[in-house]
Amino acid sequence: MHNNLKKQFPIFVLPTLAAFLIAFAIPFFMGIYLSLTEFTTITDASFVGVQNYMKAFSDNSFLSALWFTVRFTVVSVITVNIIAFTLAMILTKGLRGTNFFRTVFFMPNLIGGIVLGYIWQIIINGILQYAGVTITFDPKYGFLGLVVLTNWQLIGYMMIIYIAGIQNIPGDLIDASRVDGAGFFDTLKNVIIPMVMPSVTICLFLTLTNSFKLFDANLALTDGAPAGKTTMLALDIYKTFYGRIGYQGVGQAKAVVFFLIAALISLVQLGITRRKEVDV
Amino acid sequence: MNKQLRNALLYSLLILFAAAFVFPVFVVLINSFKSKLYISSEPFTLPDAESFAGLENYISGLEKTGFLASFGYSLFITVGSVIAIVLFSSMTAWYITRVRNKLTSLLYYAFVFSMIVPFQMVMFSMSKIANILYLDNPIGIILIYLGFGSGLSVFMFSGFIRSIPIEIEEAAMIDGCGSLRTFFLVVFPVMRPTAITVAILNAMWIWNDYLLPYLVIGSDYKTIPIAIQYLRGGYGSVDMGAMMAMLVLAIVPIIIFYLRGQKYIIKGVVAGAVKG
Repeated sequence: MHNNLKKQFPIFVLPTLAAFLIAFAIPFFMGIYLSLTEFTTITDASFVGVQNYMKAFSDNSFLSALWFTVRFTVVSVITVNIIAFTLAMILTKGLRGTNFFRTVFFMPNLIGGIVLGYIWQIIINGILQYAGVTITFDPKYGFLGLVVLTNWQLIGYMMIIYIAGIQNIPGDLIDASRVDGAGFFDTLKNVIIPMVMPSVTICLFLTLTNSFKLFDANLALTDGAPAGKTTMLALDIYKTFYGRIGYQGVGQAKAVVFFLIAALISLVQLGITRRKEVDV
Repeated sequence: MNKQLRNALLYSLLILFAAAFVFPVFVVLINSFKSKLYISSEPFTLPDAESFAGLENYISGLEKTGFLASFGYSLFITVGSVIAIVLFSSMTAWYITRVRNKLTSLLYYAFVFSMIVPFQMVMFSMSKIANILYLDNPIGIILIYLGFGSGLSVFMFSGFIRSIPIEIEEAAMIDGCGSLRTFFLVVFPVMRPTAITVAILNAMWIWNDYLLPYLVIGSDYKTIPIAIQYLRGGYGSVDMGAMMAMLVLAIVPIIIFYLRGQKYIIKGVVAGAVKG
């Protein structure tokens, strides 16, 4: 029955496939190859083995970016999810004006990283000027700035997912626990949280990957200052490629490592989601 | 605790948070009307007779960044890419879901795989290839966006197509519809909700994207994020007045779009998150 369709490969698949090969697949394999070579443009690549990887791991900027990214990601994931979940709990109590608050909290999610970075730069510098410094004075200000910015951007998004999860809990389940004399925290711990675990998993991974891959806001807010101490992984890779002559191969090797970590996170997520599906 | 007291507490908390969410945008707005000397020294005060600068910042910002052209490029690239992505990914998704063989299942996994690869992994080779193939212009970049956007989009469309009963397609084909007519008259209309989700997710990404257009077309065609970043990069000390005004101009279209299509946007983003 779909035999006719089968012959239409050039119409249905070829345009997407061509774009996919040009924009993604070919550059991806070239990227792996180039990470093993020394090059300035892609045509002058000469094979050097794993040298770029050794350089990458002995590069202080890479290790410091990795450590900064890990710390930033842990703090962001925790704060975003706690605040988003709390707001979701409040906004599912049937208060009046719920829609208005939901609209306001979600709004920053649509603003792009570059614009976000400059918005928060003016706010944070405005506050810090009372202490006579700016955001680039101490890396801890940049760290805090990025955490606040990420919270501002992601809280509304995660809140919406938590709201959807909480609204799916059958009302009589909560009533039943009330009748049994459970207090607010007992109900939260024993009924609500277990029931919204799928939403928790989704939100944890969304905040995790979003924080881990952060680039635009990092570039706009601090650009790594002071002295590259607030550079995250994505920005460090970018600066290695385009800011250090002769380091393109090292930049590509760092990018491969970055990809492997991101892939690992996704595999763990897939594993957890699969297991959950079996349980239910 | 009695109910009124509890509600009063919850409302105070919500209002506090709402204020914190609106405050940054408000600060940028008031500063866009202040002369640049006052922006860094007194960012949290309203403009007064002395600091009020009228539209001066907007005029100088528009001149320095060529913002109107940027708005045009951003709009053209976003709309063009979203149309291409929705059209071609849905067609591809239907084909690889309905025609089952080794090639189509390999393609499906390739599309899914591309979703987990960070952009930094391919940015260098991709921008070189785009350059060699003359794709470094607002039309060529649409092809690049189709390539990058097809992963998530094919994945989402395929998920939906599996839930469509194959019988309605077969009925159309028995009635003499060819594949293209069956797709556009029968399958695509059913996929409308997914198409809206895919369109919104891709529009948000492409409109705000900085690094990809910067590397591919940034030196000739500045989209809005590139124009804003350029304001800091190009001029030694940043003209904060122009910066504030351009930030306002960058945010306003997003807020209008959001308030008009809020229902679809929130639904689309949740659907995208749950599936992705």
